[in-house]
Amino acid sequence: MAVDTAPTPAPVKLSGRPSVRTLKLAEAIFIPVFALVISALVFSVFLLFLGQSPIDFFSLIWIGGFGSSFSWQQSLQRAAPLILAGLAFAIPARIGLTMIGAEGALVLGGFGAAAIAIPLVTYAVPPLLTLPLMALTAMAVGGVWIGITGWLKHYRGVNETIASLLLSYIAIAIMNFFVEGLLRDPASANKPSTLPIGEAYRIGAMPGTSVHWGLAAGIVLAIVLHILMTRTTFGFAARMTGGNARASQAQGLPVGYLVVTCCVVAGACAGLAGFFEVAAIHGQANASLVAGYGFTGILISFLARHNALAVVPVAILFGAIAAAGGLIQRRMGMPDATVLVLQGIIFVVLLTSESLYGRIKFFQPGPVGERT
Amino acid sequence: MSANSFNRRAFLKAGAAGVAASALPLNFAKAQTPVVLGAVYVGPRDDFGWNQAHAVSMEILKSLPNVSVIEEENVPETDAVSQSMESMINLDGANLILATSFGYYNPFVVDLAKKYPDVQFRHAAPLWNEASDPANAGSYFPYLNQAHYVNGVAAGLSSSGKIGFVAAKPIPSVLSNINSVLLGAKSVNPDATVQVIFTGEWSLPVREAEATNALVDAGAEVITCHVDSPKVVIETAEGRGVKTCGHNASQAPLAPTGFITGAEYKWETIYAGYASALAAGEPLPNFMIGGYNNDMLRNTAYGAGATTEAIAAADAAIAAMVAGEPIYKGMLKDNQGNVVVDKDYDNYDPYLDGMNWLLEGVQGSIT
Repeated sequence: MAVDTAPTPAPVKLSGRPSVRTLKLAEAIFIPVFALVISALVFSVFLLFLGQSPIDFFSLIWIGGFGSSFSWQQSLQRAAPLILAGLAFAIPARIGLTMIGAEGALVLGGFGAAAIAIPLVTYAVPPLLTLPLMALTAMAVGGVWIGITGWLKHYRGVNETIASLLLSYIAIAIMNFFVEGLLRDPASANKPSTLPIGEAYRIGAMPGTSVHWGLAAGIVLAIVLHILMTRTTFGFAARMTGGNARASQAQGLPVGYLVVTCCVVAGACAGLAGFFEVAAIHGQANASLVAGYGFTGILISFLARHNALAVVPVAILFGAIAAAGGLIQRRMGMPDATVLVLQGIIFVVLLTSESLYGRIKFFQPGPVGERT
Repeated sequence: MSANSFNRRAFLKAGAAGVAASALPLNFAKAQTPVVLGAVYVGPRDDFGWNQAHAVSMEILKSLPNVSVIEEENVPETDAVSQSMESMINLDGANLILATSFGYYNPFVVDLAKKYPDVQFRHAAPLWNEASDPANAGSYFPYLNQAHYVNGVAAGLSSSGKIGFVAAKPIPSVLSNINSVLLGAKSVNPDATVQVIFTGEWSLPVREAEATNALVDAGAEVITCHVDSPKVVIETAEGRGVKTCGHNASQAPLAPTGFITGAEYKWETIYAGYASALAAGEPLPNFMIGGYNNDMLRNTAYGAGATTEAIAAADAAIAAMVAGEPIYKGMLKDNQGNVVVDKDYDNYDPYLDGMNWLLEGVQGSIT
């Protein structure tokens, strides 16, 4: 588990050299961008083998992802659930856990929101009260779901990776059980779903855009969680635990509390993503909630090096690639898997580039004379 | 190529189009508005099933003049489909969207149709509601259970009548196919039975293979199915040496020795009709349902598994349905002993759309 830039020493000014913090930031930006360029080159070779033009491909990525305000909105809309899913992996990762069950927390959170909405909508509770209640329910359900895994890990020594993955299948099964049984809307004959929450209760788009509020929530949460993890005692203790849990325990840190809290926070992020899927997109819970966002979030978090703030731009990049994927299918007649190949190459190259940190002399603090 | 340029290539294309137009019930001579048809599929285009059936029909449309087809596959039933459709409209100029998966309709197609009133949207399931849904949206859907009835007839005469059915979910459209196979088989072989296993999902290849093996072990001599991609079921059954009936698209190449026939959609009848209406500036029908009686279904060419008498009986069954012969004829009991069909129901009777029973003779349970 990568523990990165973390406890940054106070800026040391050396003659004529940027501060350590500036150098670290420059390194953290340069290496991923460099990796993306290498990925693009590797992928271009793949395209040339297929007899396709890399120039066409990347210009379509640009047009479909960022080329117009319409494309931007598409990328941002797709990024919204991915930011929250990325955070759901990044926070436990900082405390040393590989928690891959965000998908389950998202699905169950969304289902919880749709379920609590049924009585509220039936008794016409105003949307201003209903929606926050739905969001809180979703976050609580998601938080409990990942929290269980954290508890099992710390107090019972259960491997959190396997437990969270299996719990995520159980979560999907629970949702299906209720959606196809007790809570099924009788009108949803051929696609079992819960009762629709109705137009009045749907979260609309942010003013002047077609992007729903989940994006804003994701960005705000990313900032808040970044501050929590890097600027507070809690965050420091959590990262220290991630570095060495035994040592932290010996120091008297409440490791169990830290682990479970980080897991609950992560689950709440995933649950909130589920809430927005229900309240902004589907208007009800059904099998469509299982869209794989939780798993894409793992990839995003790794690329962001589990830095909450960096999750945002990475998620937007993935949103853009997904948005442009359709255009590539349509214009170049290439199969859907093309974009997956690109994502896979980016993932491998970026993980490989991890080994470059601390090895490029230019970014290392030190006397000017040592530069080569 | 600009729309107005006239060159040898365009001339040849127009000639070819004339041939195509004469083969199809279309009149493209007056074609004016170029049709940009955007098709969205939920799975891969070569899945030997639902998506392939649509994609094959699109190929036929691509040969028509004035029609360009853009396609996107593997689009999930989330806002990804809104985005794909909107991107087709804004970036590719699509003026007719065909959304081919059940879960695309509400809220995605409905919302987008309100947002883009100049674009026509059609969705492949009978969900459009004249009272509440936008006028530029609509539905089209052939009732495939008629073709499954034909499967049943052919299967009943190509075996001793023990049929195994691998089904996805216990929802009305699936149940109707199971019941129709039984009724078809019983019409020629009163002892026929259908044993059904539900997998619970539209695409679960491993469980589909297990279900197929279990049905064969239980004595099924013919295997058919209703899952998104019947490839695994048909191949597994062929490997076990039993006969098969297809679903959605042609699986004949997968079962060279045991294939009897298959229930296939004939989407091109609908699609070509849309394209010609749009090109001629005529309004598209909002609601189209059908079956054998209006050329929206076909059965796959008979394979090596079909006996001569099965072929004759199946052809006769198709001819009867073209003439309006109903499938569900009272009285019929479900496999719990309740009377569920008390009179003859027309093949498109809304009562049948809410089916939540399996008929007597079907071994299996929907709960």
